[in-house]
Amino acid sequence: MKTLIPFFAVVILVLLALAGVNMGNQQFLFGVIIPYAAVTVFIAGIIYRVVKWGRSPVPFSIPTTCGQQKSLPWIKQNKLENPSTTLWVMARMALEVFFFRSLFRNIKTELREGPKLTYGSDKWLWMAGLAFHWSFLIILIRHFRFFAQGVPLPIHIIESLDSFLQIGIPLLYITDALLLGAVTFLFARRVYLPSVRYISLPADYFPLFLIFGIAVSGVLMRYFVRVDIVSVKQLTMGLVSFTPVIPKGISSIFYVHLFLISVLFAYFPFSKLVHMAGVFMSPTRNMPNDSREVRHINPWNYPVHIHTYDEYENDFRDKMKAAGIPVEKE
Amino acid sequence: MAKFSAKPKDLAKIRYTPPKTEWTETPVEFREHMFCHSAKPKDLETVGFPYGRAWSAKDDDWKLPDNWEQIILQGMKDLLGKYRSFQLFMDICVRCGACADKCHFFIGSGDPKNMPVLRAELLRSVYRGNFTLAGKILRKLAGARDLTVGVLKEWWYYFYQCTECRRCSVFCPYGIDTAEITMMGRELMNMIGLQLGWIGGPVAACYMKGNHLGLEPHTIKSSIEFFLDDIETLTGIKIEPSFNRKGAEILFVTPSGDLFANPGTYTAMGYLMLFHELGLDYTWSTYASEGGNFGFFTSNEMAKRLNSKIYAEAKRLGVKWILGGECGHMWRVLSQYMDTWNGPADFMEVPKSPITGTVFDNAKSMKMVHIAEFTADLIKHNKLKLDKSRNDHLNVTFHDSCNTSRGMGLLEEPRYIINNVCNHFHEMPENTIREKTFCCGSGTGLNASENMELRMRGGFPRANAVKYVHERYGVNLLANVCAIDRATLSASMDYWVPGVGVAGVHELVGNALIMKGEKERTQDMRLEPLPEKEGSENV
Amino acid sequence: MKLSNLLSEKRPAILERWFDVVLETYPADTKNFLQKQNNQFANPVGHTIHQGMESILNGLLSGSDLQEFSTPLDNIIRIRAVQDIAASQAVAFILSLKKLIREELEKSQRMDSFIKELSLLEDKIDTLVLMSFDIYMQCREKIYDLKANETKRLTYRLLQRANLVCEVEEPGPQQND
Repeated sequence: MKTLIPFFAVVILVLLALAGVNMGNQQFLFGVIIPYAAVTVFIAGIIYRVVKWGRSPVPFSIPTTCGQQKSLPWIKQNKLENPSTTLWVMARMALEVFFFRSLFRNIKTELREGPKLTYGSDKWLWMAGLAFHWSFLIILIRHFRFFAQGVPLPIHIIESLDSFLQIGIPLLYITDALLLGAVTFLFARRVYLPSVRYISLPADYFPLFLIFGIAVSGVLMRYFVRVDIVSVKQLTMGLVSFTPVIPKGISSIFYVHLFLISVLFAYFPFSKLVHMAGVFMSPTRNMPNDSREVRHINPWNYPVHIHTYDEYENDFRDKMKAAGIPVEKE
Repeated sequence: MAKFSAKPKDLAKIRYTPPKTEWTETPVEFREHMFCHSAKPKDLETVGFPYGRAWSAKDDDWKLPDNWEQIILQGMKDLLGKYRSFQLFMDICVRCGACADKCHFFIGSGDPKNMPVLRAELLRSVYRGNFTLAGKILRKLAGARDLTVGVLKEWWYYFYQCTECRRCSVFCPYGIDTAEITMMGRELMNMIGLQLGWIGGPVAACYMKGNHLGLEPHTIKSSIEFFLDDIETLTGIKIEPSFNRKGAEILFVTPSGDLFANPGTYTAMGYLMLFHELGLDYTWSTYASEGGNFGFFTSNEMAKRLNSKIYAEAKRLGVKWILGGECGHMWRVLSQYMDTWNGPADFMEVPKSPITGTVFDNAKSMKMVHIAEFTADLIKHNKLKLDKSRNDHLNVTFHDSCNTSRGMGLLEEPRYIINNVCNHFHEMPENTIREKTFCCGSGTGLNASENMELRMRGGFPRANAVKYVHERYGVNLLANVCAIDRATLSASMDYWVPGVGVAGVHELVGNALIMKGEKERTQDMRLEPLPEKEGSENV
Repeated sequence: MKLSNLLSEKRPAILERWFDVVLETYPADTKNFLQKQNNQFANPVGHTIHQGMESILNGLLSGSDLQEFSTPLDNIIRIRAVQDIAASQAVAFILSLKKLIREELEKSQRMDSFIKELSLLEDKIDTLVLMSFDIYMQCREKIYDLKANETKRLTYRLLQRANLVCEVEEPGPQQND
């Protein structure tokens, strides 16, 4: 059930786009209105999320320290894992965001005898995660060729690097294969590993199916069901210049691709996918460990009722005097 | 893999695995020896916690206040608005499972709800159901749940099966810290009077009397005098520490457990001997007589109320700075919370060792120095005369406390000290020490005795690593810098690795410390004969 | 051919199936962790149980003395004594070994020629079950011991003082209790 419902949800989305374009002639809806709406929802949603997180203060300095602190001058501080300055916090964050440092930690265990079996699903998670996210990013950047006059040089460079294997015509992009492979792995892992299956929700499968659908429709368009690239670019340029046009003769698979992307964009801010923005705000990672050096301010710190020394002495004055402990009032 | 999973049907007879249900549909079952007694109404009243009542987790009826759902949901809303960590950690988990097998309770028990991700989902499911649009519309599909008595019981069972050790947070790609979530869960439960006796009692005692044990001022003094007698027997030296003395340079604060509980008492003796030998101008306080903070396991406000005594006493006595003893959660609270709660401590000076002149810049705002930093600095400057051989009967390994390693980064200082006072030291395996250290299994107020089975399970991953060095190198002493470790690891070693003792680092220091005018030592800090010394007397 | 020789050939298969039987007593998701993670320190439970079972099986096949089994049995039972497992289940895995061995023999279709040896082996397995019960009880008693000892440790100084006070009050020179 947990996998079937999201799966059929994505199938229905695909059918919806196909039916809308082929039978209902709703090219304008699927090519213009929905993408615009989706991007609007995406931007507004992300802003809403970030503002909402931002409105909750960080009352305490709670970095998770993963190395030697800064203390005595002759003890070497681990500045990366236990940073005490903003610069090193940025380095720590960069390692986290670009290379998934914490996930990588999982593999740093030695192999021993014992139950003999392939060891290191954790390493695979790290690698698949990296492959997935980096491929996604590069594919996204490659797509900017559809949103710019001509093709900017950086995108050319990325494209040629991405296709350096020189396989097939059109040239195979490595990231296409990597993305599909990684999504498949991440899905298989969720289904295959009982513990991960146990913790998974429909909301974990849905984005996987959705991204799989997006990737497959994209790959189909590039390598198998050729679409009229000139018309597509006409449409996308129309979108970015706010003069939308619907050129004739674009295959319906393009609309499926675009519709799934729109759904992903609109879904993004309201799902776990916001981890993309959230990771930057995680207080256990983005704070320096300097709370003994610089006082951290809690905006909602308020006075509390305490049992004062005077009250304490009143409770025990006689006993203290008898024991020879100095008191304030004799 | 295939080899294992190919399981002939005829072998299945032994299966007692319950029919597999989704975790959301599996009600919690309270098992004896797995949970703690509930708090006494009297203790809750003392500090003003609401809804104190006599109840037990095994009862069907927990005598909850009529509007308990409302209290919890309102409380959640408030906490979400006060803590970015809470709001963020509710939203961004992708359930990748990296944390799943990092929890000592999961490793030791195999209970799936002890996977950090599921522990957090217990709260998250209610969050989604009540605070997110998707959860309100899609309900189960979005992983949302209603807040029911069943869910509440689950919270109680599992948030008191987390020691806030933060090991999962080290491995989480977003730094999601289950400690934060458990703290919120416990704070919510405190709003309707669901607290442990083992936490409620010490909190009330600490509030009224200054320390968890509820020692009154004269008792603190007399128990320390007890140590002085032992030290005199051991060294022939008479020590006279001061109490509540105005004008002292340094205020010394340490967990009160070390004043009464073995083997912590020997660590306390180590402090006394060290300070005497240095001629340190310091004082004990009977008012701020607790370094630890069980309030931290109830609510943020309670923790702040208990903690306030330390700065208040430092101000009253007019000390220049504060020295803190060996303790785990105490140092997390001190280093990450105290200055924020009760600072600025601008009435004191930046801590400076009167012996070496070292200025502790890393503590220049909060004005408190960890004794391991202090002692490591002394040794580095050759200010202590040490006879390592007095610890030759000990083969030592070091257990990093969760809080000093993952909430501070105090890793090398204690190791430096141990290596200077002991000849035999062996590290446990790399993935069980430093930032990856395993919890003793009994932190955050779970060190009661009625939940001993839970504690033994949770303590197994740590004990297993000790067992390894015990068998491989003959390690017979587990050193640490935490009062709760000293108390609870003793039980854990007793069960899992008999033959391994437990000691604070400053017990080892006291043992090795050559004091001016001391008599020849024939006993160790525990007043047991020093084996080598007996043999080498005639040499 | 001797029974032990035959079984030695089958040893890896028997061991893995036997381990699987034990894993079946854990929830499915836990089972996966216990068998997949083979780092001794990341998965102490799975590792200890597997190692223990291997020693027990080796011991049975090489005809070791009974006392040689006590350490591996203790290692396994000590863990199971603090997990959510009934006493019977905590030791039942040993009995399942009999079934596994018989199945292997049936496969080789030479059961009849080994009957005598087999019954000796099975007697030994039964003895191991009895030993396990003893260990299980010791572990459970130890848990109660720990509680009592801990209370003593926590209040050690208090007790010591109480005793001292008594000495002062009743300074009888040679008291016999």
